[in-house]
Amino acid sequence: MSVTEMTAPAAAAGPAEPGNLLSVEDVSLAFGGVQALSNVSFDIRKGEIRAIIGPNGAGKSSMLNVINGFYQPQEGAVVYRGQRHEGGMRPHFAAANGIARTFQNIALFRGMTTLDNIMTGRVLKMHANVVEQAFYMFRARREEVEHRRVVEGIIDFLHIEAIRKTPVGRLPYGLQKRVELGRALAAEPDLLLLDEPMAGMNVEEKEDMSRFILDVNEEFGTTIALIEHDMGVVMDISDRVVVLDYGRKIADGTPDEVRADPGVIEAYLGVGH
Amino acid sequence: MFYREAGQFHTSYIADQAVFPIPVDRIAIAAFAVIAAVAIPMLGNEWFLSTIMLPFLIFALAAIGLNILTGYCGQLSLGTGGFMATGAFAAFKLSTAFPDLHILIVLLLSGLIAALVGIAFGLPSLRIKGFYLAVATLAAQFFLIWMFNKYGWFTNYSASGVISAPPRAIFGDLLVTSSQASLEARYLFALGIVVVLAIAAKNMARSRIGRMWMAIRDMDIAAEIMGIRPLRTKLSAFAFSSFYCGIAGAMWAFLHTGTVEPLAFDVNRSFQILFMVIIGGLGSILGSFFGAAFIVLLPIMLNNAPGWLGYQVPTDLLSHVEFMVFGVLIVFFLIVEPAGFARLWQIGKEKLRRWPFPY
Amino acid sequence: MAFFVETLLNGLLTGVLYALVALGFVLIFKASGVFNFAQGSMVLFAALTFVGLIEFGLPILLALLVSVAVMVAVAFAIERAVLTPLVNQPQIILFMATIGVFYFLDGFGQTIWGSDIKQLDIGIPQSPIFIPFGEGDLLVTEIDLFAAGVGGVLVLVLAILFQKTKVGRALRAVADDHQAAQSVGIPLRSVWTIVWAVAGIVGLFAGIMWGSKLGVQFSLSLVALKALPVLLLGGLTSIPGAIIGGLIIGAGEKLAEIFVGPLIGAQAIEDWFAYMLAMVVLMVRPQGLFGEKIIERV
Repeated sequence: MSVTEMTAPAAAAGPAEPGNLLSVEDVSLAFGGVQALSNVSFDIRKGEIRAIIGPNGAGKSSMLNVINGFYQPQEGAVVYRGQRHEGGMRPHFAAANGIARTFQNIALFRGMTTLDNIMTGRVLKMHANVVEQAFYMFRARREEVEHRRVVEGIIDFLHIEAIRKTPVGRLPYGLQKRVELGRALAAEPDLLLLDEPMAGMNVEEKEDMSRFILDVNEEFGTTIALIEHDMGVVMDISDRVVVLDYGRKIADGTPDEVRADPGVIEAYLGVGH
Repeated sequence: MFYREAGQFHTSYIADQAVFPIPVDRIAIAAFAVIAAVAIPMLGNEWFLSTIMLPFLIFALAAIGLNILTGYCGQLSLGTGGFMATGAFAAFKLSTAFPDLHILIVLLLSGLIAALVGIAFGLPSLRIKGFYLAVATLAAQFFLIWMFNKYGWFTNYSASGVISAPPRAIFGDLLVTSSQASLEARYLFALGIVVVLAIAAKNMARSRIGRMWMAIRDMDIAAEIMGIRPLRTKLSAFAFSSFYCGIAGAMWAFLHTGTVEPLAFDVNRSFQILFMVIIGGLGSILGSFFGAAFIVLLPIMLNNAPGWLGYQVPTDLLSHVEFMVFGVLIVFFLIVEPAGFARLWQIGKEKLRRWPFPY
Repeated sequence: MAFFVETLLNGLLTGVLYALVALGFVLIFKASGVFNFAQGSMVLFAALTFVGLIEFGLPILLALLVSVAVMVAVAFAIERAVLTPLVNQPQIILFMATIGVFYFLDGFGQTIWGSDIKQLDIGIPQSPIFIPFGEGDLLVTEIDLFAAGVGGVLVLVLAILFQKTKVGRALRAVADDHQAAQSVGIPLRSVWTIVWAVAGIVGLFAGIMWGSKLGVQFSLSLVALKALPVLLLGGLTSIPGAIIGGLIIGAGEKLAEIFVGPLIGAQAIEDWFAYMLAMVVLMVRPQGLFGEKIIERV
């Protein structure tokens, strides 16, 4: 199996709206008294790059956490591949059904090497039992090689061959972000969630990362939902944009539509402009 | 022959993933195995085998067990002694209730029983994390030792409370347990078990399950979102850890001391094993051996050093000084190399690789 | 009923002593994030020093002052030799280092003062008191009441120290964020020395109380292990938590010993009861009764 074969044929879309991979319906989420999300609905079409933007504290990361099941919303549902999940999915279910993500503050396994981090992205695809693993025989041995080949493909794709065996804790920030993308790709996701993939990067690193994101989308057909603060990048690479502010959706549409929306301008620049 | 990594290219992933990817390492390990299996039992005297080698091997096994839980999976445990005791008493009950059961099966079963107990006390780890988990493992430690002390069933209602391990043979009439067996037989038996289990632990550590443990250790939330189930993964670490500790406990009673007593597995034993893991290196199988060797050798050195230097020191003072030196050395090692002997070993190897051109 | 109340009362009074030991843990954990396993040996070392000085012929008050000075010196030495070289290391490493300190202090104290059990009698009355209750009397000893009083005063003093003084404000700042505190000019190292010294002095009082009750001996440092469930039950960072945790565990284990023990046909469940109780409570509240709530976010 090589990288180009990585994408599984996308699953059949939901019967309600053909072309939708996932949709969020009237989701509300509160922590104690703090309302993080209120009645947010939007959809993600198969194969598109969907950006979620909004000022700090708008509930963007919470939204991703609802999508992949880390937070369970008090109200609303997540519809994924036509299946309706009241109160969202469970993390394990989401992961097993092709949702992978990266994190705002890098959440790599710092004590492990780049290779092991990306190999960990494939845990759900390995099936050797513990006895086989303990003796490194049969399926265990075969799988280690098989999956290593796939992982090497990803390492190659992201140009991180040189740091293959470096513990990720020692890597610079930009490379860590790349390794994290690699770990998410290793799961061969249908839906890839990226939480601020370019935060803290300089212009060149941003360009590299944008290139990787577009390549993943085009070559593997992976649907991508991303949170990003850099408006230039968002407008360039995304197909559609949803704007959150104080946990509410205030706009949804193509980059041009969103840019022209008076509500969005108000949220970003404040009232009076 | 030079110790070189450069110029040694691996042409397959299997070769690259080998435990010892460098040929010189493999030769060294083979030589080491010959020394351990042939030279030591032939040349070593009784004192060397019984005071150093047997405790070393058994401690190393227990340290590997704790390393699986604390070093690889990141769950701090102060209950090692309790799990070792479980293994020792399980082995005693099994071998006295079923005298015909083969000793290997007895050990395997007592490991499994210890694993079950470990799973039970690992359940709180779903909610309790970090230092808070230490209290749950201490609960295991004190509860288990108390239970073996208080209920006569575990000691077959022996009046004295100290019970001796029954002699059992590996095959024919070659005894390998209790003080009736020859020291060489016990040593080789222990060596065999420890080598097999250490290799198994190394293999697990470099496979899927090991990566899952480390993922939970390094970033449990990210691991969960990637589809690794935290409770199941932690419980597997508790199970394997206790399995190893249980077998080590059974070996301690059956192969080393010849008696089964809860006192040998009190909370100080738990700390001792924890030291081996920390000093040897968290998350390193090889380090577990280094740590065990250090902890076994240190008191012997301390006890004999004044004699070698020609001083006579009263024994009670000596034991206090031993405590002090022990404490100082622990702090010293943590300051010099918090990652333990395993890291020093790695650094040494890297230096050797570049020798004689340091840059 | 009277028997129940008496058991409860005695348990609570023992709990005060647990709380005294746990208090030292909490202080250090709050200010430096170090889970100080050596607190138990600091208690023993302080008590050994105090009793040793009295046997040496020093008057009680002077012995007390010298012991306080010794504990300050110990704090200074620990800060210099252990904490500073290990700054920015992971918590588990610092925890292990304190186990090293634990061994060192245990050995050091006994090397200097010997390992015999020493009677500590500084004139705290030991006689039993009968408090009339309903039909009969409740039996408590004066020393337990005295210890409770000392505990109360200590907590009060510490509360004032933490809330009202400049040093206290620095301590709280350091507890919140080491680096931020350092960046506004709080001298991290002297704050740590102060905290460890205060913890040592709290340990001294705890040691004197325990010592008067049980004699000063090696097993005193094992009492510290009982302080672990106490402080985890209360929540690692909470001073009131340490007190209430101590009371709950002291009362709980005495009641369990007398009323649950016979049911399962075995004694000495005190050995493990505290740990089990703490574990069960932690299952429900993972941060302890009064600890800061742990919020998981990504």
